[in-house]
Amino acid sequence: MQDSNWRILTRPLIDENPLTLQILGICSALAITTSLDTALLMSVVVICVLACGSAAVSLIRRQLPRSVRIIVQITIIATLVIVVDQILQAFAYELSKRLSVFVGLIITNCIVLGRAEGYAMHNGVVASALDGIGNGLGYSLILIIVGAMREFFGKGSLLNVQILLPVSQGGGFEPLHLMLLPPSAFFIIGGIIWYIRRKRPQQVEEAEFTLRPRRQEAE
Amino acid sequence: MSETIATDSTRRALGVALIVAFVCAVLVSVVAVGLRPLQKANVEAERIAQLELVLVALSDIGRNLSIEGLESRIVELGSGEYDDSIDVGTFDAEAAAGKPATSDAIPADLDVAGIKRRARHARVYLVRDPADRIELIILPVYGRGYQSTLRAWLVLDGDTRTVRALKFYQHGETPGVGARIDEPDWEAQWRDLSAYDDEGVLRIGVRLHAGADDYSAFKVDGISGATRTAQGVDGMMRFWLDEFGFGPYLRRIREEQADAG
Amino acid sequence: MNALFELLLRSVFLDNLALSFFLGMCTFLAVSKRVDTAYGVGLAMLVVQTVTIPLNNLIYTWLLAPGALAWAGLGEVDLSFLRLIAFIGVIAAMVQVLEMTLEFHVPKLYRALGIFLPLITVNCAILGGSLFMVERSYSFTESVVFGFGSGLGWALAIVMFAAIRERLKYADIPQGLQGLGMNFIVAGIMSLGFMAFAGMG
Repeated sequence: MQDSNWRILTRPLIDENPLTLQILGICSALAITTSLDTALLMSVVVICVLACGSAAVSLIRRQLPRSVRIIVQITIIATLVIVVDQILQAFAYELSKRLSVFVGLIITNCIVLGRAEGYAMHNGVVASALDGIGNGLGYSLILIIVGAMREFFGKGSLLNVQILLPVSQGGGFEPLHLMLLPPSAFFIIGGIIWYIRRKRPQQVEEAEFTLRPRRQEAE
Repeated sequence: MSETIATDSTRRALGVALIVAFVCAVLVSVVAVGLRPLQKANVEAERIAQLELVLVALSDIGRNLSIEGLESRIVELGSGEYDDSIDVGTFDAEAAAGKPATSDAIPADLDVAGIKRRARHARVYLVRDPADRIELIILPVYGRGYQSTLRAWLVLDGDTRTVRALKFYQHGETPGVGARIDEPDWEAQWRDLSAYDDEGVLRIGVRLHAGADDYSAFKVDGISGATRTAQGVDGMMRFWLDEFGFGPYLRRIREEQADAG
Repeated sequence: MNALFELLLRSVFLDNLALSFFLGMCTFLAVSKRVDTAYGVGLAMLVVQTVTIPLNNLIYTWLLAPGALAWAGLGEVDLSFLRLIAFIGVIAAMVQVLEMTLEFHVPKLYRALGIFLPLITVNCAILGGSLFMVERSYSFTESVVFGFGSGLGWALAIVMFAAIRERLKYADIPQGLQGLGMNFIVAGIMSLGFMAFAGMG
């Protein structure tokens, strides 16, 4: 049942994307994607925590008694997040302030705990690390798409480089302010899911009731 | 497919938990302590960058200065006197506001800025003219906005009554609505606004309700759709220019100027 | 009193943890298929939130904040970097206690909640609430109000969402959008709706 390493790495990109299929990691994806740079930074942080966390849990999985399993996993993940948070404050201070509480919330990011409990506890260190990176990449993919769209249509810029000049600065572009408000992230992800499921019909969920087709009017 | 998970004895559980806790604690401590100097440097750099925004505000009104041209003093807010016993370089008003030893709680009815406590001291910057008279007074002000803390530099004329500029250097308000408080057009409204009326009563603020009231001349227009942010700016301005904020200090400056003739 | 009431209203509607800050989204989207399970999860969240936020407030104020340990003569110590792990510890313990209490005193509810009860430990809304409490420097009373209000707001949001989902079962939705895609869009519209509360108060 062991997949090839490449498969482990690429499966979470589209086929088992944590955000669009597994319903994990939603919270942070919505709140920090108002601009591309925060989305990118969050992606990098999550990939690191996922890779190291899954690897660490996998390393001690045979020594971990059931009763303290979850709390030990959380401790490891929390430690990694605190370490990363400290590193961010030292080397990327401006960006870390814009991420504010959401770095801390990576501890409760369902992807991290979900993969630790669901994969790392039952697989080898290398496989777990790859799985962590793969899920991190899948998460990042969605984050980057949403972040890019929101920043571009909401401010006319990408990575703070102004591409379309907004009216308030003398240009002709009227920014879509909705893009900077939280609900837009929901709509964009909904759209992405729709697109993915057009390409991968096996992901489509079965409706609970099939509607009876409308009767044709009598000729 | 499952591998043998370890036996569930209490001793083992405790042992594993303790070892993991110890390793994690060491890791966190090493990183936290090791990176502290870098983090402190970052905070300092940010403070200087915020200060440079004051210079931008000043150049907007035609005064081009460098940081060295600003005189930095610590004021004791209650008495309005300078307090040179406090180190100007490291003083952080908001941090001091958080500690009971160095701050006062603001009575609820006076806390229009929503900040609950304020430090007993504050940093002010002065610009003097060649005759050594105070030309501009720069006050750091902050208050609770709609969804973030608003932080701005308030530049007053040497007469302590007229606003020369208001420059926001930090806020997290809603883009396109509340965030427009830092747009040049909106900030320009504050220029040359009188803060007090002829009787010396504080009248400055943001026009929150449609329809003129008698003190309309002392207020700037709000931003449509940004009621809460506008309320925040209004409260912030009215708090810091009043008795619990810089009021006593400004009054003392006025008296000094009157004495000097 | 007025300020506390305003805080309550703001925590429930304006600063709704689910629809304005998107915390606890995973549970929100996954456990809202039926209104009765939504009620159960919402109630559990309400209880945990109301207890943990004031508790964490006490721990932060008297143990972790810079200068907090002044009562023990250690006024120079700044343990605030431990807040993440301390809060999680409190939350995990609280959920464990709640689990045991429910199991012995209200077994029906305990069985109905099933797996969702331990899942609350890792619900970002709970930890997020405590972190917001620190960021906004709430006092103890405010923490109680905020805890109750934010829990209530989250519960309200998930019950409403479940109700809408139940109705959507009878709607003709494009195939690719069925299920998760539609849920996202509905949540987005609900979030827009809650922003209308900005004019309140």
